Amino acid sequence: MKLRITLWVVLLCLVAAGALLFWPRDHEAGTAPASASTAQSNPMSRGRALVTLGNCEGCHTARGGPPFAGGRSIATGFGTFFSPNITQYGIGSWSAEDFWNALHKGYAPGGKLLYPTFPYTNFTKISRADADAMFAYLKTVPAVPVANREHRLKFPYNQRWLLAVWRGLFFTRGVYEADVQHDAQWNRGAYLVQGVAHCSACHEARNALGAVRSKDNPSGGLVLSWYAPSLSVATEAGVQAWSETDIVQLLRAGVVNGEHQGYTFGPMAEVVFESLQHTDVADLQAIAVYLKSLPPAEARPVASRVGLAPSAIPIIMNTGQQVYKDNCARCHGDNGEAGTHAPALKNSRMVNMNPAIDGIRMVLYGGYAPGTELNPRPFGMPPFYPTLSAEQIASVLTYIRGSWGNASPPILPDDVEAGMTGPLW
Amino acid sequence: MIAMRKILGLCLLVPAFSLHAADLDTVEQRALPCLPCHGKEGRAGPDGYYPRIAGKPAKYLLNQLVNFRDGRRYFPMMNYLAERQPDAYLAELAEYFSSQQLPYDSVSSEGVPEATLARGKVLAKDGDKSTDLPACSACHGDNLLGALPAVPGLLGVSRSYLDAQLAAWRTGLRHAKAPDCMATIAKKLTPADIEAVTGWLATQAVPEGAGPQKSVPSPQPVECGSIS
Repeated sequence: MKLRITLWVVLLCLVAAGALLFWPRDHEAGTAPASASTAQSNPMSRGRALVTLGNCEGCHTARGGPPFAGGRSIATGFGTFFSPNITQYGIGSWSAEDFWNALHKGYAPGGKLLYPTFPYTNFTKISRADADAMFAYLKTVPAVPVANREHRLKFPYNQRWLLAVWRGLFFTRGVYEADVQHDAQWNRGAYLVQGVAHCSACHEARNALGAVRSKDNPSGGLVLSWYAPSLSVATEAGVQAWSETDIVQLLRAGVVNGEHQGYTFGPMAEVVFESLQHTDVADLQAIAVYLKSLPPAEARPVASRVGLAPSAIPIIMNTGQQVYKDNCARCHGDNGEAGTHAPALKNSRMVNMNPAIDGIRMVLYGGYAPGTELNPRPFGMPPFYPTLSAEQIASVLTYIRGSWGNASPPILPDDVEAGMTGPLW
Repeated sequence: MIAMRKILGLCLLVPAFSLHAADLDTVEQRALPCLPCHGKEGRAGPDGYYPRIAGKPAKYLLNQLVNFRDGRRYFPMMNYLAERQPDAYLAELAEYFSSQQLPYDSVSSEGVPEATLARGKVLAKDGDKSTDLPACSACHGDNLLGALPAVPGLLGVSRSYLDAQLAAWRTGLRHAKAPDCMATIAKKLTPADIEAVTGWLATQAVPEGAGPQKSVPSPQPVECGSIS
């Protein structure tokens, strides 16, 4: 905490003046790489498709609340954000210019700087024509009179003016510029992934001030009590070696059992359910082409475990094996091989991932894959927090992570207890 | 070498697939995530709180799954499991648990004062005309095991669960489709009456083979949005 405040003060002194001097200026409306889908030829259907792919409704809708009326809470290390109402009640007085300023420049009417929980750092890539199409579609969402809630942020993050500094450091505005080295499909994919789909908002690491800074640190992001694995790392969520068909199937169905096996849970299940399953297949194919082309990176090295004597491991493995036999083997198979009804644990990326929070949360709280049109009756994982202790969960995860060719570090009961905080998603 | 590995890999994979895939493509397999809390086949929970769901009317179970999914009921684990599932799938799971006909556990009224039990019985069977409070049996059936298609039974669930539900209705944490009759009724109950009625309900034995009535008793004493 002290470090963060000191950081802020130093940055303030050094950068405030510079930020103002070098305030980026662009009047570039840009050109979006066109969709291969004919369904997006008119602006209204294009706007709707972009609003869906951006999953605006997901963040701007409280559970069970009216769509786009806001009020969903987003818990972060800086405090809790509440999404605003973007029905006509909330933004009915906005002009297309105002909407562009929010998406492209990150401020609301009156020059109010927006927090980057609203991912304008990605949306700045969206072309003016596409932003206008999104705005035209949102104009059709009827007014729902729900008042906005103030964010509940810790000091100094509740000082909105500090965002000017943050922006000077971490925000470069500018629409997507096509890369002539690549074809139209790749460029379409890059435009969507970097822009409206804002994949990096979760799948890339953020620094202490909440800015996506993955160039120095190729890693996924710890968000919303889950780890969003890196899209560059083959042992995390990298799909460089996958077929386009498998990638598209995972994004549409939420589950794939092809040449590769993949399941979506937690926040990604929501993205599939609310957004990706409704996205044009042509656009998903473009996304797949782009994701396959991402330069591969190595996973972050894992720190060795402190406080676990090597002699303790065989005992933990033994306990874990028994817990596995009693609770897991029925579905996942005696050797973690599984089938179509449950993921294989042998060579599983989620099982072997570090940080291991996703695997821990799966054992604690289970969950169903999203019930999509292509997979309307998904299988689910039972929650084990009612029946297994933190010690038992740690030992079974240690067993799974150390068996059948898996070779990942042990999990301690403390890790399991640390996974019990934060909202379920 | 690589080809050999691939063949070896296939040999290892095929038996695993043929062993499991077909016989596990069932609704029972899909219902497994419900069992750690609701017990084997939905019979009852391990810690006495989670309600029995076996044999409850299917429409009631579906209404609750939809309520959890859409935020009318609040329990994080249930909200999390039901979200992002289509109605048809939730209905299939509801049908499955509804069709489980299993004996009820035995109960004992030991420790509940006589006067509490007596008051509870009166409330459950006759209501309280002085406060316009209908009897539980007026909607939940003469045997209090519910009424088809959507009124739940009140027996065979723990007192702590019943207490929590009435409290949640009083405080607005639990909702049903409007008009929300149980919210109205729960707000009329005094804390002493809640203690009495849940104390009596939770200690009633259920005869073997008994189940919900075929239809809701008529006339209904209050208007309900989720009774059919």
